[in-house]
Amino acid sequence: MLAYYSTVQHKVARVRSFDHSGKDIDNEPLYEISVQEEITARLHFIKFENTYIETCLDFIKDHLVNTETKVIKATGGGAYKFKDLIEKKLGLKVDKEDVMTCLIKGCNFVLRNIPHEVFAYQKDSDTEFRFQTNHPNIFPYLLVNIGSGVSIVKVESEDKFEWIGGSSIGGGTFWGLGALLTKTKKFDELLQLASKGQHTNVDMLVKDVYGGAYQTLGLSGNLIASSFGKSTTADKEFSKEDMAKSLLHMISNDIGQLACLHAKLHNLDKIYFGGFFIRGHPVTMRTITYSINFFSKGEVQALFLRHEGYLGAIGAFLKGAEQDNPNQYSWGENYAGSSGLMSTSPDVYPMQRTRSGTFDMLEMDRLERPLVNLPLLKDPSTYIPDTVDLTDDAMARKYWLTCFEEALDGVAKRAAASQPDSVDAQERAEKFRQKYWNKLQTLRQQPFAYGTLTVRSLLDTREHCLNEFNFPDPYSKVKQKENGIALKCFQSVIESLDSLGWEERQFALVKGLLAGNVFDWGAKAVSDVLESEPQFGFEEAKSKLQGKGRSLDLDLDGPPHKCALIFADNSGIDIILGVFPFVRELLSRGTEVILACNSGPALNDVTYSESLIVTERIAAMDPVIHSALRDEKLLLVQTGSSSPCLDLSRLDQGLAVLVRERQTDLVVIEGMGRAIHTNYYAVLRCESLKLAVIKNSWLADRLGGKIFSVIFKYEVPCK
Amino acid sequence: MSWAQHGQSETRWGLVQHRRSGDSTEGHVFPWFGLDIGGTLVKLVYFEPKDITAEEEEEEVENLKSIRKYLTSNVAYGSTGIRDVHLELKDLTLCGRKGNLHFIRFPTHDMPAFIQMGSEKHFSSLHTTLCATGGGAYKFEQDFLTMGDLELCKLDELDCLVKGVLYIDSVGFNGHSECYYFENPTDPERCQKLPFNLENPYPLLLVNIGSGVSILAAYSKDNYKRVTGTSLGGGTFFGLCCLLTGCSTFEEALEMASHGDSTKVDKLVRDIYGGDYERFGLPGWAVASSFGNMMSKEKRESVSKEDLARATLITITNNIGSIARMCALNENINRVVFVGNFLRINTISMRLLAYALDYWSKGQLKALFLEHEGYFGAVGALLGLLDSA
Repeated sequence: MLAYYSTVQHKVARVRSFDHSGKDIDNEPLYEISVQEEITARLHFIKFENTYIETCLDFIKDHLVNTETKVIKATGGGAYKFKDLIEKKLGLKVDKEDVMTCLIKGCNFVLRNIPHEVFAYQKDSDTEFRFQTNHPNIFPYLLVNIGSGVSIVKVESEDKFEWIGGSSIGGGTFWGLGALLTKTKKFDELLQLASKGQHTNVDMLVKDVYGGAYQTLGLSGNLIASSFGKSTTADKEFSKEDMAKSLLHMISNDIGQLACLHAKLHNLDKIYFGGFFIRGHPVTMRTITYSINFFSKGEVQALFLRHEGYLGAIGAFLKGAEQDNPNQYSWGENYAGSSGLMSTSPDVYPMQRTRSGTFDMLEMDRLERPLVNLPLLKDPSTYIPDTVDLTDDAMARKYWLTCFEEALDGVAKRAAASQPDSVDAQERAEKFRQKYWNKLQTLRQQPFAYGTLTVRSLLDTREHCLNEFNFPDPYSKVKQKENGIALKCFQSVIESLDSLGWEERQFALVKGLLAGNVFDWGAKAVSDVLESEPQFGFEEAKSKLQGKGRSLDLDLDGPPHKCALIFADNSGIDIILGVFPFVRELLSRGTEVILACNSGPALNDVTYSESLIVTERIAAMDPVIHSALRDEKLLLVQTGSSSPCLDLSRLDQGLAVLVRERQTDLVVIEGMGRAIHTNYYAVLRCESLKLAVIKNSWLADRLGGKIFSVIFKYEVPCK
Repeated sequence: MSWAQHGQSETRWGLVQHRRSGDSTEGHVFPWFGLDIGGTLVKLVYFEPKDITAEEEEEEVENLKSIRKYLTSNVAYGSTGIRDVHLELKDLTLCGRKGNLHFIRFPTHDMPAFIQMGSEKHFSSLHTTLCATGGGAYKFEQDFLTMGDLELCKLDELDCLVKGVLYIDSVGFNGHSECYYFENPTDPERCQKLPFNLENPYPLLLVNIGSGVSILAAYSKDNYKRVTGTSLGGGTFFGLCCLLTGCSTFEEALEMASHGDSTKVDKLVRDIYGGDYERFGLPGWAVASSFGNMMSKEKRESVSKEDLARATLITITNNIGSIARMCALNENINRVVFVGNFLRINTISMRLLAYALDYWSKGQLKALFLEHEGYFGAVGALLGLLDSA
């Protein structure tokens, strides 16, 4: 296992206003788009079997160019064993770090930074891996590390942890004793033997002693009364499989029992398990889970970590980088550069394993800004952004994976077309297509590979893959053009709205908000229309909306809100002719507005930098917007995200601060990605309005409507 | 082997009717037995009355006399039945009768032969009640009935165990203390066995190590509960030893263990860290991974059977100590009494338990032991018989 930190150069799209003074602005593009090199800090973790260390070091060497890495941090036995080889090959100094300190630092890091890091394992349920929502407060917890022995550590805060116990019966016992009993040398092979065995041939069960259950104590007849209690004879032969299975049960039960006793003593109900005994082995996760359930009577939960195998390395890295204080940043898992859960597990798809290479990777990008919860979330610990869990719902999963497969050629084509001047754009687009296709195939087989599978994770993975091949913003030109066109219509839309009576106007505003939202290149149904009917406009969109007659129950005639937070969706008509007239109306009522746009590009979603230019142009035309900007009644902020969806538990800290300062009492979430695929069920502490047009017929069917149906969800918190 | 065959040649079970208990105000009919049928061993206690009057003797059926003679004049029964003569309690007064209490054990797999013998000898004609506890009381209930025409009086295991411990401790061990502990358990030079006064026993953690392990917390005479149990017990030690060394008796396994060196088999803290692991306050001598050295092929080839037996014993013992310690902490009890036949002739384990409890609790917990190790369930069953009047 190796960790290294590097800065990665990659292309980013930038927008910049032209100096329009004295020019014919009607025939000029709205702003200038440029692609620049940007440097991102990225953490790389590579896990490999020791036999492949040379291959792995070669791989790292190739990727280390242009970095200033001088020291590599190493932990675990290999740090001693391979020190010289690593130093020679990479020309770096190897620093050895304390195993446990590293492990816990790493654990804290993944618990804080990786959504769906934690899962419960349920072998006999449809969903083997039940991913958990990240709790805003990760402490205190119990970490049980099952290496050759067992360490039980209570972690109370970032820097405070205590070894509260341990056991010498651990992975080394399974391996060592297993090797003696079965003459099988490899750990993995022992586990495979165990998974085929019948422990009842070797163990003495309660029913062997009682003839049945021990009813007065409620002990089932199948409970093990004495491990290896039937092998108390020199004459009988026992099968390797049966002995391995018995040994596995004995060790797992023992560890689970001790862990429960410690959890009880310290009043903790969450135990994270790690170490090589657990690592990617469904067999041991299953027996440990069983044992914890049995001994705690369901009061304690056995939890596992997706990146368990990386904890030590992450911690070693963090320790080395303490002067840079990596914990002050937020980090994001890069789906493009990370192998999924169990990608090298011999238990799943042994065929695939031989093909998929010799190592496993995790990449984490350092995000520019720290991410926090939206302060208005009713209960951050139970908030789940995603509406449909595709790991759970096989039908939905099949549909969406196919949907993304079918759209892939188009996305690759558009990516190539977005860089007409680049000689290798075709080639990169093809590489992107291949990579994303492979990810989709992996997810078909292992939907749990990256945590809970959702439409959001599929979209985000696609964005990560596009970035990987230097397509930072395939829609930049489309957005530029559409923003330009929409701006030209802004004044006439405002005029027609202003001519309406109050009630009519409110209705028209909401309708406009929804109609604007039809313009979404992310939705296949819409991009088909937009491709075939270039003249398709705002009015046509309004007429496409289903369910026109809906009455609006949004309470706009009550006292004005103090401050509204609006999460915008698409560039062009959506933001300019849909959102801005609505913003203008709120401002006129005396409501302050925080307009939140994505930090980075995703599809044709409006980015923060684009929103600055667009707003500036609108302010030049409209006195209401102009004075609101000047008086800081209209504030533009970035979400901290580059996703077409919205995770309210990972938002830019600046946004959160502002939301609190301005006493935000209305949240408007717009668009399919943000209000339907995510947040449809999000509960806020203030009034909220979720609106979108359903631009996917399957989803429309699911929700019991037609394509281009309108979702208008206005919620008032219960007092 | 066989109890039955051997018994056949030695014993003659008479057919003469003994007086019915209903006829008598003197108490229960003889013979007085208590039976504890465990997963591996059957424990039998037998009360031999020494105050039989001439008149009684006259009335006594032949059957009963021969049972008494057979049991008391032998120390071994068949090839597997053994009387622990050193444990015999002399001049005991029980239910107004004076006599000696005998402690006998034989393997559970000889249970069918035992029942068969009872049947052949018309034990049922004595019209005594046979009180039994342990899992076997349930498992063999039907066999007793169909093969031996005997209806077992089944008694709860925990009740019998607690009752037996309290009783034996209260009567003492022929003038000596039943309960003892090891002083200076952490110092092999100064470690010595000393009597312990268990007059005020509560609260008490009772760890019964048979084939498996049961852990009970007793707060008063009538208030006790099973806290937990583990399947890693005496059966595990013996079972693994059979597989690893080819031995065939518990005694043989213990003998091997006494000559072995477990540090060749186990990975110690110092094998990993070169010394103590100070970050966690772990001493270098502590076992980090039981059988951890056996992950290496070279080391597997260099260990002896004795080393393996010793490592198995140390592993199982430490683990029981560790679970017992955690239970004591959770139940807020600081006296832990270890009983069960795993401890028979097993000084290594007793000292290790004493040491481990003392060391890891920093002197807060005390490990106590009882001379009659595995017989308390059977004693409890006998007391159950006498209570049932």
